[in-house]
Amino acid sequence: MARKVTTGARIGWSIAAWVVALLIFFPILYAIITSLKTEQEAISGFSLIPSGTFENYITVQTQSNYFKPFMNSVILSLGSTVLALIIAIPAAWAMAFAPTKRTKDILMWMLSTKMMPSVAVLLPIFIIFRDLQLLDSRIGLTVMLTLINMPIVVWMLYTYFREIPGEILEAARMDGASLWKEIVYVLTPMAVPGIASTLLLNIILAWNEAFWTIQLTTTNAAPLTAFIASFSSPQGLFWAKLSAASTMAIAPILILGWFSQKQLVRGLTFGAVK
Amino acid sequence: MATQNTRTLARLMMAPSVVVLLIWMAVPLAMTLYYSFQNYNLLTPMNVSFAGFFNYQYFYTDPAFFQSIWNTLVLVVGVLAITVIGGTAIALLIDQPIFGQGIVRILVISPFFVMPPVAALIWKNMIMHPGYGVFADIAKFFGFQPIDWFAQFPLFSVIIIVAWQWLPFATLILLTALQSLDSEQREAAEMDGANFFNRFIYLTIPHLSRAVTVVILIQTIFLLGIYAEILVTTNGGPGYASTNLTFLIYRTARLGYDVGGGAAGGIIAVVLANIVAFFLMRAVGKNLDK
Repeated sequence: MARKVTTGARIGWSIAAWVVALLIFFPILYAIITSLKTEQEAISGFSLIPSGTFENYITVQTQSNYFKPFMNSVILSLGSTVLALIIAIPAAWAMAFAPTKRTKDILMWMLSTKMMPSVAVLLPIFIIFRDLQLLDSRIGLTVMLTLINMPIVVWMLYTYFREIPGEILEAARMDGASLWKEIVYVLTPMAVPGIASTLLLNIILAWNEAFWTIQLTTTNAAPLTAFIASFSSPQGLFWAKLSAASTMAIAPILILGWFSQKQLVRGLTFGAVK
Repeated sequence: MATQNTRTLARLMMAPSVVVLLIWMAVPLAMTLYYSFQNYNLLTPMNVSFAGFFNYQYFYTDPAFFQSIWNTLVLVVGVLAITVIGGTAIALLIDQPIFGQGIVRILVISPFFVMPPVAALIWKNMIMHPGYGVFADIAKFFGFQPIDWFAQFPLFSVIIIVAWQWLPFATLILLTALQSLDSEQREAAEMDGANFFNRFIYLTIPHLSRAVTVVILIQTIFLLGIYAEILVTTNGGPGYASTNLTFLIYRTARLGYDVGGGAAGGIIAVVLANIVAFFLMRAVGKNLDK
């Protein structure tokens, strides 16, 4: 930091920033706190100190078989991410290293598919899924999530691959490296960070996708988004238990998200903001 | 480098993703367009007939349609106003030399990673609930009557929840743009005697304008499709008070089993989204030329 800042100003800014940050984080914090309360405590007025029970976490699992939607979320988000990467890596690779006049048009067109409102194709997809008996199946939903996120995956990979300098390849070739060696020793190590970032962002997007998971599942393939949405009326699960289920649903992705803030900017703005 | 060989290979490598996306876009859209001209109800699937523009007329003359369009507009503009102004303010704040900047940043961006149903339920049950919510506790503490947010201000309540979820996105993008602001440029301006206010008007705002455009366009795409937050909190009500276009189409199609009507609504949604997409594609396309 080149600017000279007085300690007083620094403390003032710090207090303001921390207050704002805690206010924004508060609903999440309060859900975590509530998950550690008894049901009685949860509805008996504001308090930040729970009696500290893990009862709710156990009850959620035994009463509503929480494990099943959790595993569905894991399978769907990992499955769709891997599937999207398998299809997108070659495409992004070709576009980055063998661009033609039409590459840009293809990229823009791919992005445009992301602009299609889900609700506009809800009925055809629903009818197709019904006829193919894919409703409430993990396979159907995995394919769905793959399609939704594919444009972002291609774009992210493309922007990463494009930063790999072509000269390095030529240098390796000059040194007499075979194509195989070139791929294993030169290209892969340079591409891995970009692929990893893309993987991370896609898992987050797939994990939190709510529209299609709610529309296309009932019980069997329902991931956490659909599972939690089914508790929109307060009966059934109570608040402390709902908080426990919610905390478990968001914790893994929250932590992944913290690690991938930088990639997020790039992935979600298609590299338009640096 | 681009020999005939590599060109063929490149085409082969691109083919799967292009084919898959082409099918994904063309088939359902063509079906929606087809259905929008049919009388087709899933309850009586035997009686399908050509409807002409009846479905569009039906949608167009339905008072709920205009309310839903209006609600969509209010929702999008409301959330954009809160997130862009709030995001700029918070980005400027976090960009200051503060203690624990990393943790502050993590706390601020967290809501973005909360899945929509969970975000909606936390706000509905723990924050805005008229009996047990934190807002009710605060009101009671000061001796006021707690507000029943979802009954009295349904659309506003949804806006608050959605804005909370998207504030981190705006903040993060604007912060990234802010940090790319040349510090030498800023120092030069300081040397020339520009005060904080002047620097903000003449240096920061022009620099952020591109990021703001991107934030507005990308958020609009997502905000037009807001669904889970409404489903979980107000279910579109009371009446149609918090029904947006997405939710109205969902209601027509899935709860009313009206394939033709839902499809007509879907085509209207596509047209609206395309108007936004047109500007977004231009903004991104410009960046690609560099």
